[in-house]
Parts: sequence; C-alpha cells; structure tokens
Amino acid sequence: MSAAAPASAPGAPPAPPPSDGDKDDRLVSVGRVRRLLMTPEVGAGSAAVLVFVGFTLVSPVFASQAGLANFLDPAATMGIMAIAVALLMIGGEFDLSTGVLTGSTALVTALAVTELNMNVWLGILLSLGFALAVGAVNGVMVHLTKLPSFIVTLGMMFVLWGLNYAVTQRLTGQVTVSGVRQYSGYDSARALFGSAVGPFQVSLVWWLLLTAVGAIVLLKSRWGNWIFALGGNSDAARAVGVPVMRVRVGLFMTTAAAAWLVGTLTVIRYGNATVTSGIGLEFYFIIAAVIGGCLLTGGAGSVIGASIGALIFGMVQQGMPLVGLPSEFFRTILGLVLLAAVLVNLWIKKRAMKVTS
Amino acid sequence: MSENPALTAPPDHATTTPVLEVRAITKSFGRVTALRDVTCAVREGEVTCVLGDNGAGKSTFIKTLSGYHAPDSGEMLIDGEPVRFSSPRDALDRGIATVYQDLAIAPLMPVWRNFFLGSEPTRLGMIRTREAKRIVVEEMAKMGISVRDPDQPIGTMSGGERQCVAIARAVYFGARVLILDEPTAALGVRQSGVVLKYVMRARERGLGVIFITHNPNHAYLVGDHFVLLKRGQTVSDMTREETTLRGLAQEMAGGAELEALEHELGRAAQTA
Repeated sequence: MSAAAPASAPGAPPAPPPSDGDKDDRLVSVGRVRRLLMTPEVGAGSAAVLVFVGFTLVSPVFASQAGLANFLDPAATMGIMAIAVALLMIGGEFDLSTGVLTGSTALVTALAVTELNMNVWLGILLSLGFALAVGAVNGVMVHLTKLPSFIVTLGMMFVLWGLNYAVTQRLTGQVTVSGVRQYSGYDSARALFGSAVGPFQVSLVWWLLLTAVGAIVLLKSRWGNWIFALGGNSDAARAVGVPVMRVRVGLFMTTAAAAWLVGTLTVIRYGNATVTSGIGLEFYFIIAAVIGGCLLTGGAGSVIGASIGALIFGMVQQGMPLVGLPSEFFRTILGLVLLAAVLVNLWIKKRAMKVTS
Repeated sequence: MSENPALTAPPDHATTTPVLEVRAITKSFGRVTALRDVTCAVREGEVTCVLGDNGAGKSTFIKTLSGYHAPDSGEMLIDGEPVRFSSPRDALDRGIATVYQDLAIAPLMPVWRNFFLGSEPTRLGMIRTREAKRIVVEEMAKMGISVRDPDQPIGTMSGGERQCVAIARAVYFGARVLILDEPTAALGVRQSGVVLKYVMRARERGLGVIFITHNPNHAYLVGDHFVLLKRGQTVSDMTREETTLRGLAQEMAGGAELEALEHELGRAAQTA
C-alpha cells in the first residue's frame, strides 16, 4: 500500500497497482471499523439521532409518550412502504404506482364491503388479490418489455388514479366510501389492522416486524442475494442461473402487497376510504429508501436504512411545528435531507469502490 | 524454442478419451455460416487454445460449447458419449463451465456473494454465510490468491483477480471443462500473467481448459495444443511439439497475408 505512489501514467496499460513485491495480487483491505462507519445504516442512524436530540432540546415534549407516538405513527406506514420500495430499488427498479395503490386497495376493500355487503375480511382478501395482480402486471411488463420501470409504473399510477375516482364516483356518487365499521368481520379486522395500545398504533408492530423480515430476507436468504445481483448486474445473475423473472416480478408484487397493507391499515382504522388518499406518496417512499442508503442505480441499499429513513421523515414532519418551524417548509426540509443523503451515499460508494493502492 | 518449465507432459492422446469433443460442427445464422466442420477436443489436464482473429467464429464456437446454441450438424461428446445441451444450465450441470470476457459479476456485491451467486449454500432457506466466506478464502488460496476479506466488494479487485474468482467459482462448482473467453484480452501484462498462472493451476488440478484468445503469446505460454479458426473453419490443429510461438503467430496472421502486410507497411513507411 504505497499511498505516495502516483496514479498510473496516462497512456500506460491498465497496470497492476504499484505495491510491495509479490503481494500485489491479494485483496486490498479496508478496515472493518471504517467499513462499518461507511454503511448506510450508520449514516442514516446518526442523522436520526441528531434530528431526535435536536427537536427534543428545543421542545422536550417531542420525547414524551405522546410526542413519540405522534411521529411514530406516520413513520410506521411510511416505513412499511419504504422497506418494500427499498428492496425493489436494490433490485434495480422503481415503482411510481405505490402511492396511488395504497388508496386503491383501501377503496377496493371499502367498495367491496359496502357495495356488495361483503364480510370485511373477504373485502381485505379481495383487495390483496387486486394488489398482487397490479404488482404482477407491473413486474411482467417491465421484465418482458425491458422498458424502464419508471415509465411502466407511471402509466400504472395514472390508470389507478383515474380508476379510483371513476369507479368510486359511479358506484357511490361520492368521493369517500364510508361505513365500513358496520359490516361483519370489522371488529376482528380492527384488532389486527386498526387497534392501538395507548397512543401507539398497531401499524408500529407491523412496521417493526416487516423491518426484521425484510432485513433477514435481504441479508441472509438466497432471495436477498438474488435481489442484490438483479440490481447489480442482471445479465450476470441470469448467467449463473438466478431466476431473474421470478425475482423481478416478486419484488413488484412485494411493493404492491405493502401498499395493500398500508391501504388496509388506513381503511380499517378510519372505517372509510377516500379517492384522494395516497396520491403523491410514492416519492416519499423513494425518499425514505434513498435516505436509508439505496442507490437509484440498484445493487446496493438497506432495509434497516430505509426504515430509519421513514423514521426521519416522521420526526421531521411532526417535529417541525412542535419546535416552531413553519410546517409549510416541510417539503423543502425533506428535499434538503434527501440531497444531503444522496451526497453522503455517493461518497460512501466512492470510498467502497476505491482500490487503495 | 522457449520451453516452459511449468508445462508437464500432456496426457497421452492415443489412450485417453477427451472429456469434451466436438466433431465437424456447423452452425449457420440465416445465410451466414458462422462455423463449418469445426473439430476440437480437450482432455483432462490439458489446455486447448482456440485462436482466431475477430470474426473467425470464436464467439459462436463458445456459445455452442456452452449450450447457448445447438449446432446445425456435427457431434458433441462428453467422455466419448454423444450429448446435446438444452441450455447453458444443462451444459453447466454436465461440468462444462464458461467464464465470459464481460465478467458475470455484480461489482458492488461482496466477493463471497458473487462467488456463490445462484448456488448459495443454505440451511432452512438461509445462506450459511460463515461457511460461504470460509470456502471462498480456501478456494482462492488453493489457486494462490490470498483473500483476506471476503466481504470486500468484488469491484475493488483488479481485473485479473476477478477473472480468477470467476474461474475458482467454476472449479469449485464441479467444472470438468473450463471454457475461457479471452480472459486476458482486457488485461495488462502483469494481470494477464496472474490469469495465465491460474489457468495452469486449473490444468494441474486435472481440468480440461479451452482457452479462447487472439493472442498467440498468451496461448503459447499455456497451451498443449492449438486450434486455429478462420472464417468459421478450422485451418490448423497442432500440438505444442508441432509448432513454435513464431509459427503460431505466423499461422494466425495468415502467413502470406502477414508478409504482404509487412511489405505494404514497410513501403508505406518508406514513402512517408
């Protein structure tokens, strides 16, 4: 490791790194501690701690039970989506239809229950089937056409957006479908999707559970290895026998299923669904995933990081008015956090790929 | 006649059955005949170099051997038994592993994840991470490369080392024949040396190696015999004893063609 050695001269062949004698062919080593500090989770985690401490210092109520519940609530639904979106982004794809789909799934459940006099559980299952079908269509189209998923899912987003309005209007004459609470099966569904312990919502449990499951799948299962490879080099993955189509379609179906869960949590908790819900949220999910260390080019990222990204989102959203910052600036602040995170990620990637020679 | 001390005697051609053999294979795409009556064999512990200029049919030849294309006619034999590959996976399952020039790796993924990609060792669906990392270190050590940290992104390795990981991977997963697609084409002199040493290690371990290249210098360093392709046809098939480096280079450049070129360039230089 001759740090003083100059970079290879221009015009020279792709030379081996200048080094000490016969050791030039072994792996370059990066210190484990340094590598740990460079992981996206640590970066996002320190940012989260900083935000939390900052808000608490200005307004101690931020750290009270009510304060915690206040920011953990939006963080939970954001986090559930960010986990799935992070997995998809690590796999090298985007999904812009996720936001609107959280609204669509809630509407499907609400409409099925109220219009068809259906048991709430059946409505929820029907909605799950709908979500998985949407995810499968997204995934299969992206896989077969090789079109950018950005375009394919943008199309899907507008299709769903229009359907949300049109179908709801035509069936009910309204923009909100309410009254789900009166139907059979609601109470048991509420226990799972709409209950709360004190000020803490059950969505928090779903979020933590899915963070754990997502992290284990990504880091420990072969599917996780395939997801990294799909985003890192999908041709290479195919060449060594990874079932590329199944992984890709599976990822789109996972984000759709997460959207279904968020839609279900909403419709059961409030007992109604409205046509405007979910619109525009897809960018928040992507922002949370990127703050957590996902590269837009795929191949790298973290589930835990994405969850921390969602936590930061919740804290900033709820903390700003609390400390006297005008909440109209929320999106501006979020944008700045995103830019900062992207710059840090870029730096991390460069450090990780740098051959110290 | 530089005799390479690393070269041990190749197996006796008369007595051993080639582990992989192709006889008179032909492959056309529309009106273009990419391969015509190409014959080639490789035995265990032997390096067969397939040389050819651009457009000689090397890529089609590799893709036929590795199961991407089925030949239109001709025979492929493994251990003397006729076979037909239905897919690259099929060829791989029969021990024919191909290492492509554009390395099949995901650069940001750790070395060990790349090594086991598609064939992860699992228990109850979970990857046995510790075992996987240990195996990577061991397998690379067997080939003379010390991997200190299998968690290193593979993109941080040099081109030669990445080739070596790809080869080690193929060897570990039970390859009997290694097909190397221009493994030194994109490398500098020193990195090429690493890969060539590695090819010799694979040969010593009893693998048959088909080494595709357009570099006669590299071919002559490791080859036991040499097949020359030109416009999809075998123009010569020589053992190491039957040729020299100069002969090989001459043959490859097309002998007379090279002389003509020398002449032409010489004259151009004079008139300039």
